[in-house]
Amino acid sequence: MTLFFALVASAFAATVPVQGTDIAGAWDVLYWFLIYVSAFFVFGILAAMIYFAVRYRRQEGKRPKFIEGNTAVEIVWTVIPTILVMIMFVWGWVVYKKMIHAPLNALEIRVIGKQWLWQFVYPDGKQSINDLYVPLNRPVKLIMSSEDVLHGFFIPNFRVKHDVVPGMYTDVWFEAKIPGIHQIFCTEYCGASHSGMLARLLVLKDDQWKEFLGGKKIDIAALSSDPTFPGFRANMLGEGMPAVSQGDASAPVSLVSQGKTVAQSKGCIACHSADGSKMTGPTWKGLAGSTRKFADGSEGKADDAYLRESIENSAAKIVAGYPAGQMPVYKGLFTEVELAQVIEYIKSLK
Amino acid sequence: MGSHEVAGEHQVAHHFKSALDEFEACKQAMWIFLVTEVLFFSGLFVAYTVLRVFEPEMVKAAHHFLDWRLGALNTVFLITSSLTMAFAVSASQRGDNKRVVRQLIYTLILACGFCVVKIYEYSHKFHDKLLPGAHFGNTELTANKAGLFFSVYFVMTGIHALHVVIGMGVILWVILRARKNEFSPNYFTPVEITGLYWHFVDLVWIYLFPLLYLVG
Amino acid sequence: MGHGVALAHGDNYINHSKGLKSWLNTLDHKRIGIMYLIAILSFFLVGGIFAMLIRLNLFSPGSTLVSPSKYNQLFTYHGAIMVFMVIIPMIPAAIGNMVLPMMLGAKDVAFPRWNLASFYVYLSGAAIACASLFLNGVDTGWTFYTPYSIRTSTSAVWVLLGAFVMGFSSILTGLNFVVSIHKLRAPGMGWGKMPLFLWALYGTSVIQILATPVLAITLLLAALERIVGIGIFDPALGGDPVLFQHFFWFYSHPAVYIMILPAMGVISEVVPVFSRKPIFGYTAIAMATFGIALVSFVVWGHHMFVSGQSEFANFLFSLITMFVAIPTGVKVFSWLGTMYKGSLHFHAPMLYAIGFIFVFTIGGMTGMFLATLATDVHLTDTYFVVAHFHYVMVGGSLLGFLAGLHYWFPKFSGKMYAETPAMIAAILINVGFNVTFFPQFILGVLGMPRRYADYLPQFTTLNRVSTVGSWIIAAGFLLVLFYLIHALLRGKKASDNPWKALTLEWQSPSPPPHENFLVEPVVTDGPYDYRGAKAGPI
Repeated sequence: MTLFFALVASAFAATVPVQGTDIAGAWDVLYWFLIYVSAFFVFGILAAMIYFAVRYRRQEGKRPKFIEGNTAVEIVWTVIPTILVMIMFVWGWVVYKKMIHAPLNALEIRVIGKQWLWQFVYPDGKQSINDLYVPLNRPVKLIMSSEDVLHGFFIPNFRVKHDVVPGMYTDVWFEAKIPGIHQIFCTEYCGASHSGMLARLLVLKDDQWKEFLGGKKIDIAALSSDPTFPGFRANMLGEGMPAVSQGDASAPVSLVSQGKTVAQSKGCIACHSADGSKMTGPTWKGLAGSTRKFADGSEGKADDAYLRESIENSAAKIVAGYPAGQMPVYKGLFTEVELAQVIEYIKSLK
Repeated sequence: MGSHEVAGEHQVAHHFKSALDEFEACKQAMWIFLVTEVLFFSGLFVAYTVLRVFEPEMVKAAHHFLDWRLGALNTVFLITSSLTMAFAVSASQRGDNKRVVRQLIYTLILACGFCVVKIYEYSHKFHDKLLPGAHFGNTELTANKAGLFFSVYFVMTGIHALHVVIGMGVILWVILRARKNEFSPNYFTPVEITGLYWHFVDLVWIYLFPLLYLVG
Repeated sequence: MGHGVALAHGDNYINHSKGLKSWLNTLDHKRIGIMYLIAILSFFLVGGIFAMLIRLNLFSPGSTLVSPSKYNQLFTYHGAIMVFMVIIPMIPAAIGNMVLPMMLGAKDVAFPRWNLASFYVYLSGAAIACASLFLNGVDTGWTFYTPYSIRTSTSAVWVLLGAFVMGFSSILTGLNFVVSIHKLRAPGMGWGKMPLFLWALYGTSVIQILATPVLAITLLLAALERIVGIGIFDPALGGDPVLFQHFFWFYSHPAVYIMILPAMGVISEVVPVFSRKPIFGYTAIAMATFGIALVSFVVWGHHMFVSGQSEFANFLFSLITMFVAIPTGVKVFSWLGTMYKGSLHFHAPMLYAIGFIFVFTIGGMTGMFLATLATDVHLTDTYFVVAHFHYVMVGGSLLGFLAGLHYWFPKFSGKMYAETPAMIAAILINVGFNVTFFPQFILGVLGMPRRYADYLPQFTTLNRVSTVGSWIIAAGFLLVLFYLIHALLRGKKASDNPWKALTLEWQSPSPPPHENFLVEPVVTDGPYDYRGAKAGPI
């Protein structure tokens, strides 16, 4: 039995993607705990059935024993699973908390899903398609939205995944520990080319990241064959993957200043000041992250979701002291990228 | 349900032990059916609640475009019709088929009144382009997402109105049976369960009216 | 028909009246059950062919057999047909209809006309859904997630309305069963003497009654989204696409228990009969059935841990979902307890029951991976989920159905099937099933997402194993079809009680007469009272 367990375990060890982050390590420990508990019950029940099948098979002259139940045994097999599932729940919750709360100093990159590609917008205004460049050993937070239908953003090596929902911001975060290429999948069914909506995550070491920021094109072929990438398992590299565009790795203006331009061209600055002075609408200075008091007496934190809602549909939450109905509905007049630019601009006005 | 039905005489279906068993089974089935109806409508009430919680200003602005006086008139129609229905049920328990017919005809007339008012309201909404979601085109009501309010309004009142119309059909069928003197103190199941259904339809409206017409 | 008239042993429900019309207009629950069975097995064949095509397409990476759009239609039809037209009505409407009144000792269900109506409502719904096949097809997945289901150019409305209509059939069956159980139990059958299959059908019916209306309104709203653009689920019109998921899963999670509870009920009948021993922990199993039914209504959010639902909701739904494991475990352990010190007979129904217990345990345990928040984040929407719900739905419901089919086949056909091919088929299906779906767990952990028409080359080997497994299952099913038809035509005549079971349906001739019993049954002992001579070998 022990040997059998060992065999199953070693066969399974090759079935988990590489641990691309520390959290992937924590995830794996929990996963193996669940595997062992499951194996215990599955093989235990199988063994019991095989034993009973042999020991208690129909035999001449042997009578079955009349047993209708046994309270003590029933209590035991109710209580033990209860304790086990509570351990699973608490452990799962603890790891999950780590998975979803990004550190405050995380580098924020915006992700836009559309049928059927991934668009990435960096703080310095660069954009890329289907190739996401991130630095090694630094927390990265992806703020995601969709232009059309539901998508799902999934990096198996990092054990992170979240749906990408139109009209809403969701996020995932990670701190990559292994440089090189990691696979990104779309996991929420989105139509004809759902299975072709793949992207590459390119984890760059310090010098390469500086080159990327400097606008230099990164040689991806060299990246994947670089022998200094330990732990990179070829089976997660998309060999034979559909061709992806190289992406626009050079953009001259930062996301914040692009946002400033958009704010001017869309006429936002006619009513919103950037320096704290009071105009028709509330000022943008110090707005992001602050606690807002609304006309109906409620309060709310000015996070990305709030900023987005106020741009698209300001009437949803009117700030106390300002009349309703002043700002038109902007929904549909901003692209996802423009929304990201303006929001980043507002967030820069501290 | 019996295989040989003679006018004025109901035979207990072969698999029931007694008329009482059969009556209780039918009544229980009706109650269970009403539970499914409650859950059916509950989906709509949840959708309404979501809208009201997330868009309180819009719902407040949009509800002014519904005429509460017409809604109140319809409430009166339905409550009165529930009363006449209750009279019909108690008459059927005494076997007074004539009174059953008379009270059910009153019920039908009140239900028709409800439908006329509803049609009048709907045609106004169509005229003013106060329409669901994508078709919303009213220019006076500027609140964002107002189309969603009218989606909820039309779906909720539309499905309720459909229940009223189906109920009217059932009432008509019960009237025809009462005219054949089919009901007696031993057998009045159809009247009783139609009554249950009708009170339920009335009850749904009693929730719909304040939620849609009398916001905040 | 007069009351309690003893009929000659030879007049049965099959030869009671003749002609196709006498079947199509029948109010006899047994004939309605047979008609359901034929319809369901036909749809099962169609859904099964789609499944084989899916596996064939995934034999190699690349667009091999069909285009991605056609593939998306294949998995949508496979899912919608198997869920709405096969697994949900499979045990309750087909086997349940035949068995329930007889187990109760009744002449029929409470409302025979509604019972027939529910069959035709089911057929109409299925016809409406299948009509889309001849239009543009449908490619939304059986879950119809918005906003894709609003945007797609395919004929999604037909399938939405078809599933909507079939829901009414499900409600009618549930309603009929609940009233029958309350009002038509044989004299002497208190609640504590009711066979566990009836408890399972009772729990199932309660879920059908409470959850299906919510699906009905959800599908109606989704259809209205497409027809008139009401916008409630459409972000482009200000609606909320995640709200649709809440509505959908509020029904569709309990629906999982509509599929599995009756199968558990079958196992609770089969295991004691073939162990010649009372069921272990009758009360615990009956209560566990209701425990599962009740908890099923408050766990829907576990389908949405990565959907954008709040952290607090995830916390609650994960916590509550954990409690599903406890009554489920109680049932599995109780079946083992029933086998303990029994006199085990390995006839075909028992082989399927043992297969069920093994496969279902894997299905249940892997459910814990998905209930645990952290592990779910990585595993959800991958092949791990596909494997998990096939272990529960196919391994669970379908094996339970096959156990029931083989168990009650002699009663309702009056014929006995050959034991050897039945055993071979049971082994083929169990082995084929595990070969098909176990590799999918590994694919999922490695990260292969579900609903992929094409996959990365490193997933090829496991996909090939899975496809080969699907051929083994298919061979098993064809064998079942073959020997059951052979049994119907040339089988030996079955005795009235070939398994020496104690529940009431076996006190009637095989096949039963039109009104079920020659003598109105009266219950004195419990359904599992295997004492003395009753515990003797089959």
